[in-house]
Amino acid sequence: MDVQRKLEILADAAKYDASCASSGTEQRDSSDGKGMGSTAPGMGICHSYAPDGRCISLLKVLLTNACNYDCLYCVNRASSNVPRARFTIDEVVKLTLDFYRRNYIEGLFLSSGIIRSPDYTMEQVVSVARKLREEHHFRGYIHLKTIPEADDALIAEAGKYADRLSINIEMPEETSLQQFAPEKDVRAIRRTMGRLRLKLDEAEDSRSAKTKAKPQRFAPAGQSTQMIVGADGANDHTILRTSANLYGSYRLRRVYYSAFSPIPDASRALPLRAPPLLREHRLYQADWLMRFYGFDVGEIVDDSAMLPLDIDPKLAWALRHRDRFPLDVNRASREELLRVPGFGTKAVERIIATRRATTIRLADLARLHVPRHKALPFIVLSDHRPAPHRLDAAGLIERFKPKATQLGFGF
Amino acid sequence: MQYITLDTETDFDGWRKAARSLVLHHVTPTDVTWTVQGGEAELFAPPAPSPILEVNDGTFNVSAKFVDLAQAAILHCDPERFAILYRLLFRLKDNHDLIEVATDPDVAQVTAMARAVHRDEHKMHAFVRFREIGRERAAHYVAWFEPEHHIVELAAPFFAKRFADMPWSILTPDLCAHWDGHALSFTPGVSKSEAPGEDRLEETWRRYYASIFNPARLKVKAMQTEMPKKYWRNLPEASIIKPLIEDAERMTGAMIAKAAADPHKPQKRPEAPMTRKPAADDLDALREEAAHCRACPLYKDATQTVFGEGPKDATIMLVGEQPGDKEDLVGHPFVGPAGQMLDRALEEAGVDRKTVYVTNAVKHFKFLPRGKIRLHQKPATPEIKACRQWYEREVSAIQPDLIVAMGATAAQSVFGKITPVGKTRGRLIDLPDGRKALVTVHPSYLLRLPGPEAKALEYQRFVEDLKIAAALQKKTPRAA
Ligand code: SF4
Repeated sequence: MDVQRKLEILADAAKYDASCASSGTEQRDSSDGKGMGSTAPGMGICHSYAPDGRCISLLKVLLTNACNYDCLYCVNRASSNVPRARFTIDEVVKLTLDFYRRNYIEGLFLSSGIIRSPDYTMEQVVSVARKLREEHHFRGYIHLKTIPEADDALIAEAGKYADRLSINIEMPEETSLQQFAPEKDVRAIRRTMGRLRLKLDEAEDSRSAKTKAKPQRFAPAGQSTQMIVGADGANDHTILRTSANLYGSYRLRRVYYSAFSPIPDASRALPLRAPPLLREHRLYQADWLMRFYGFDVGEIVDDSAMLPLDIDPKLAWALRHRDRFPLDVNRASREELLRVPGFGTKAVERIIATRRATTIRLADLARLHVPRHKALPFIVLSDHRPAPHRLDAAGLIERFKPKATQLGFGF
Repeated sequence: MQYITLDTETDFDGWRKAARSLVLHHVTPTDVTWTVQGGEAELFAPPAPSPILEVNDGTFNVSAKFVDLAQAAILHCDPERFAILYRLLFRLKDNHDLIEVATDPDVAQVTAMARAVHRDEHKMHAFVRFREIGRERAAHYVAWFEPEHHIVELAAPFFAKRFADMPWSILTPDLCAHWDGHALSFTPGVSKSEAPGEDRLEETWRRYYASIFNPARLKVKAMQTEMPKKYWRNLPEASIIKPLIEDAERMTGAMIAKAAADPHKPQKRPEAPMTRKPAADDLDALREEAAHCRACPLYKDATQTVFGEGPKDATIMLVGEQPGDKEDLVGHPFVGPAGQMLDRALEEAGVDRKTVYVTNAVKHFKFLPRGKIRLHQKPATPEIKACRQWYEREVSAIQPDLIVAMGATAAQSVFGKITPVGKTRGRLIDLPDGRKALVTVHPSYLLRLPGPEAKALEYQRFVEDLKIAAALQKKTPRAA
């Protein structure tokens, strides 16, 4: 089988993994003239976008899509009829370097089906990274998938080469994982996440310690995970609770939500409907509220335990808490401003800097990049005060609902 | 009217020098006309530009923020940018804080220009596609790119640092950048026909692009916001975007329409690597069984069951309350700060930690996630009750003479009922099964005490309590 065909099979097999980012690592480049590559601190670079709206920043492939396990939601499960392929270590190394040289990618995201044993599989995955770093002095981004319960020494080595490590929790609840992936063990996954966190903490401590010893390197872009949404019956509250727990327990940088996607050759136990992309989007918004806006899981979701699909979760929260509004933009605290629908973190910073020097008026909203339509019922400005009945009106929500439109391709 | 002619479209230093002098001579913005040498606007300017006025002694400062913004905004393609920047500078002279006022029209406009320039720079970093000329060692990599603003000089160092070991050129209609492996150089812009038309890897890249795309998740608008069509011309993968989209709905429909297949026989079903190994003896069997305990909801959020540890023939069993953050991650009891405190106190009391069995009343960590930390929560009575089976079975496996309960939760487990520490602390109590019990505080209580004096005092009391255990251990050495 030629490399192009393998690439088709092994990229296809990797496309259901939502993690794609190349962000958050240390700054490196190759200006010493040895080897190639660099990383952008902070935000990564997306080199292309696929028609599914997702960014392509890494060569995202599996080392092999053969797998001993039979997880129902996975296209690569042992009982699936998809064609199988396996890259050699050198093939992945060469593809990465060739693509990188042409500026198609920021680096490599490597995962693998589990073959023989977790240790054997992990060793293969680590070998690719080792070769890229040590033989080719590749300085680009590397994200490796960690195999649960792989040997500690292999995990330490993976962290030495990789920018990010990840291990997928897969399902929001243990019971669903038992149902869909009977051979996977949530405890094993959690234990591995726990080990990763301990190593990340150690590396951080060694960086801040005032010793002469070279700080230990371990996955500077941290760890992330993915949860499949919509394959089981878990509600949004359960999903977000699981995320909050994962963020707190293992210091994850990101939890990726992947709307369950119909897969070729799917098992009968799975839903075959189109993926609830909007639900996935709302979960990302809610996740964002937890991480950057100081919201608690319990505040984000109401008694129905599901996020509304027609409006975003912050707006939904504001509509449930009308008694806290309208807020005076020229006086309110940062925490309060962050809870106004349409106010992003950057807009709030701009507002706070601006109001030190001058009063904010209605006409200023556009320059502060705040959507008027969304914010106006909730705020007071020196020349704007929403009529009290507006905020109380039962019909307020209608104002925000999107008008029904035909879904099109935009061509 | 002052006529200023700048050397190039990106002549920041020239603009700065002229602007500084103009401000110091109080020349109002409406009295200045800015042009670029050889530019179109220059045709309408008088043949001889005004000489730059001598700067007298006056000086003024502007914030670094303005300089950053101006350096970026001057690369914008808008011919008015020099004038807009001068207008803002002129106003900043007497109103230093104006730059922070995001709602000011001039500040807003300059900020928007700077942002557009940085976005274009970012897109150049992302969308330049090199094509290989020649092969392998002697290869040269050439790209064609059409930036919107004058960003070639701004964006080039990024490529020099990234592709330091290969010679490359980026050709644009505006300006061309070259890297020979040692230094950057720039030549005038060229036309697209000078750039190579293809690369041997593009077909492979297109295949990757087609395979990584999930046709079940079409979101064309999202793609176009991030990758505007104006860039598509020079992206090798763009040629297949349209056919991919057209095919996507058909494929998804077909996939859903086709009834789900019956599961096939697995191709190979070796022993699943994550299954448990058979336990070697009683205590190990117990530990293995407890690892799968679901008797109360605490297992759900915790990482793992933290079971007791120590020699099977220990005469003393120490019972703590529940594992903490560190114990939960590591999977062993008393490894965190409280564990270190306990080790120290045991040593001072004359008890060898290696001779005691250490466990917790509740085997899973109970916590509330708060952002990046986990707030320790006290286990509730139903949880303590549910977990007591493990404690009881540990006692029967170890058969200790003395059980030391550290803290109220532990005491509740040991006595089977709520037992305040204060009243029972520091003396040997007979248990119904003939063993002795000793109640003391939990070492983490010592960590929480305010002030070094209280800490030292309570620590001493804790050591005294442990000495009772030490004395008992000496009196009844276990028969080998
Ligand atoms: S805390 Fe105890 S009873 Fe509850 S699940 Fe854990 S081991 Fe079982």
